[in-house]
Amino acid sequence: MSAIAVSTTINGDDVEFLCQPDETLLDVLRNRLGLLGSKEGCGTGDCGACSTVMDGRVVCSCLVLGAEAEGHTIETIEGMAQGKDLHPLQRKFIEHAALQCGICTPGFLVTAKALLEVNPDPTEEEIRFWLAGNLCRCTGYDKIVRAVQDAAREMRGEVA
Amino acid sequence: MSFDATFQEKKLKSVGTRPLRPDGVDKVTGRARYGADYNMPGQLVARVLRSPHAHARIVRIDTARAEGLKGVKAVITAADLPDLTNGNAALFAILDNCMARTKALYDGHAVAAVAAIDAKVARAALKLIEVEYEILPHVVDVDAAARPDAPVIDEGIFTSGVEPKPDSPSNVAARSEFGHGDVEAGFAKAEVIVERSYKTEQTHQGYIEPHACVANCNADGTADLWVCTQGHFVYRQNCADLLGLEVSKLRVTSSEIGGGFGGKTHVWAEPVALALSRKAGRPVKLVMSREEVFRASGPTSATSIDVKIGATRDGRITAATSTLRYTSGPYPDTWAEIGAMTSFACYDLENVKTVGFEVVVNRPKVAAYRAPSAPMAAFAVESAIDELAQEIGMDAVELRIKNAAQEGTRASYGPVYGPIGIGPTLDAARVHPHMSAPLGKNQGRGMACGFWFNFGGETCTDLNISADGTVTLAVGTVDVGGSRASLSLIAAEEMGIPYDDIKAVVADTATLGYNDMTDGSRGTFSSSMATISAARNAITVMRERAALMWDIPVEDVYWEEGQAKAAGSKYGNLSPLSVKDIAAEAGNTGGPIAGHSELVADGAGVSFATHICDVEVDPETGATSIVRYTVIQDAGKAVHPSYVEGQYQGGAAQGIGWALNEEYIYGEDGRLQNPGFLDYRIPVCSDLPMIDTQILEIPNPNHPYGVRGVGETSIVPPLAAVANAVSNAAGVRLSHVPISPPRILAALHKQARE
Amino acid sequence: MVEVTLWAGLIPLADNQKKVTVEATTIRDLLRKLGERYPGPKAPIKNEVAVVLDGTVYRNDWSKELPDGAEVFLMRRLAGG
Repeated sequence: MSAIAVSTTINGDDVEFLCQPDETLLDVLRNRLGLLGSKEGCGTGDCGACSTVMDGRVVCSCLVLGAEAEGHTIETIEGMAQGKDLHPLQRKFIEHAALQCGICTPGFLVTAKALLEVNPDPTEEEIRFWLAGNLCRCTGYDKIVRAVQDAAREMRGEVA
Repeated sequence: MSFDATFQEKKLKSVGTRPLRPDGVDKVTGRARYGADYNMPGQLVARVLRSPHAHARIVRIDTARAEGLKGVKAVITAADLPDLTNGNAALFAILDNCMARTKALYDGHAVAAVAAIDAKVARAALKLIEVEYEILPHVVDVDAAARPDAPVIDEGIFTSGVEPKPDSPSNVAARSEFGHGDVEAGFAKAEVIVERSYKTEQTHQGYIEPHACVANCNADGTADLWVCTQGHFVYRQNCADLLGLEVSKLRVTSSEIGGGFGGKTHVWAEPVALALSRKAGRPVKLVMSREEVFRASGPTSATSIDVKIGATRDGRITAATSTLRYTSGPYPDTWAEIGAMTSFACYDLENVKTVGFEVVVNRPKVAAYRAPSAPMAAFAVESAIDELAQEIGMDAVELRIKNAAQEGTRASYGPVYGPIGIGPTLDAARVHPHMSAPLGKNQGRGMACGFWFNFGGETCTDLNISADGTVTLAVGTVDVGGSRASLSLIAAEEMGIPYDDIKAVVADTATLGYNDMTDGSRGTFSSSMATISAARNAITVMRERAALMWDIPVEDVYWEEGQAKAAGSKYGNLSPLSVKDIAAEAGNTGGPIAGHSELVADGAGVSFATHICDVEVDPETGATSIVRYTVIQDAGKAVHPSYVEGQYQGGAAQGIGWALNEEYIYGEDGRLQNPGFLDYRIPVCSDLPMIDTQILEIPNPNHPYGVRGVGETSIVPPLAAVANAVSNAAGVRLSHVPISPPRILAALHKQARE
Repeated sequence: MVEVTLWAGLIPLADNQKKVTVEATTIRDLLRKLGERYPGPKAPIKNEVAVVLDGTVYRNDWSKELPDGAEVFLMRRLAGG
């Protein structure tokens, strides 16, 4: 099989890469582009550790082929902070101790950011169902939900 | 210098606060590097060939075609990992588990491995390896395996611990017994006796990060290993033993670890990766797939437990027995023995006897899982205690309080307890608002207690003071959930300096002395002890330096609030010297300033918890939802309360998953049918409510700040707490975990028929 | 003199005694004398034992002194998660 040339936009930058036809977007991000923040927990779309946003929609990058990124816009955890400034979700995850081992954290942050973009004031239940595709084995989710609630409050301009 | 670990009551400034964790930014930006996030120049990719059979003799392996494939740089089988274990049965089991030697003992057992230029070539090479198997009869169920007519997995296993010694082999590797008093006499005094049998299914630790490592063996006998592990020093020893390397020439670096829970305390992939690298002469990266993690890495035991408890009508237990059968995978181990030790540890019993049977089965080798063996034993005993309470018409909490172990109680496993926390957790549960909150339709409440031994162990820590007065703290226990934050707090407290002046790192095996595995809830307990010791040693050095700077006797220099101070009015004009002041002059006063510590942290102290759970059971579908959950546990002293709460919540969530959903499902062919997160369902965010926590702080007399381990005990009560709640909600007793919808419906239907 | 209670696994190796009396002042002393008296449990004593003093587990600290009248218990060294 010969490699496919792909032109795409990742975290706002134009990116070109070569990949095999059967290579996943996650493998391309991790192995070809050095974007190691997306994690492979299962490779079957069950754990959400590789969550990325493709044209505004959360996808498991292990279920997307690298070649499918052609012409699309990809956002990963590496694009979440603006330079030195962490996104409010990133700050709140640290403040609320919403991570223990941290392997699931990039996926949760990417997914939660997408939630707050479509629903700035989600209920606890809406948060829990939106995040149900992201597995965390350490925290029991309590502090993750609280961190998302607190970040949402801050992003809405409410004082915590 | 001897270290005084005795608890000293004092006001703590840093310990007990909730600062930001030092590895937080790395982890929220995706920069933290886990097992699979590391690469070496010219590295190869490894893949492992695994047995599709539960039990089969390996007649022949032909690797020639795989070796001939372009891009393949090494193929190994057991022949490339010669037996250097020298009669050490435990080590041989590790070796055989890493790579099957004569027989494949479970579905997923490694039989060969390849290293190739990329994953695609490696996968293709696996298909070219020819393995001829002679399929043997298998057994996976704990009770079936223990029967005399079961296929014998290892002809060399004769039950130990029984008299007379059996003359034929079986799958029951060992019997162990604990207890005291006369249980027959105790049951004779009982007015009510509850006798029940319980089963729990095998679960997996379910860490989100699969096992991953990068190994490099050089021709000069040196080697490097980057790996996600709970104990890089132990991995170094195991790998060195199995590969015949000199220990100090193998440098092991622990990556960030994406969850372990006991499952990353044993080597699997690492010796294989090293052997591949040795053969190929190039670095090798080996990352397990999720399916491999389930099929071949550390599940917990499946169990079958009988419990008998007798009591007088006023609620005093007169005798209790338990018989516990635990699977250990295909190799003998001591999991039932631990279950037997813990089963009645919460109670003050005059007559108690617990018997454990270790059962080998054609399932993966069991690894520790958070308070290993205790949750199943607690499920059985705490379910029976609840039934006893119902039989005599006594409140479940009151019955437990009446029989709870206390200081001076002889534990069911032997020793007499010092000050312990079971009573306080029960007292807190009794008055907790959760206990009296109203319940809705189809809802039920359950509670249960749990016990776990905590450990200490060998620990080594370095504390280096830089020229600007900031401090690097190098520890050798792995940070599994925030311990760099808690250990920085400890160093700040002992030295009297700000938390932000400390940078804690996990040192690799070449730069710090040996540390035991990060298990037994020992990370913060042990390393904090070593950190306090190192800080005290550094303070001793700084007092000497201050004395030199002031030109006064060192005896006149004391340390207070992060400063050297001169004692006595004759030094009234000497301003105190801060760490920064002393560090700035280090070059003139004797060179670098450091505090070192090596010790065996002892006196971890046993740990207890009480959990309260409300559930709602849908009688149509058998589905259970957790409505409310409360964890009450003794922390001794919560160093960073947020991460203590996190341990309580996480353990509870894992226990809830075990109680309601998680189980290994084997087909008739002995193959695992659900090796993925879709079919092996761990709790997701929408499955759980907020999990309330109450931290009790009963100081541990054997730690300077009173700290106890907190990591494991929280998984012990949930199986029983959930089961008791479901049984109360559904009106029918559930005695088989997981209490999945089919089992609840079956129980409801059975009850309706009767 | 201290009275030492053995865990079940050691009993068959120590002439089927559940408790043995040993003249010892430290953990090292205790383990050495037990090893001399009962060659059977030597290997488990070296590798598998934890000494429990008055309910507190000391894994392998030889220098630990045995307090007068202490309850001494030999337990199997355990694994954790």
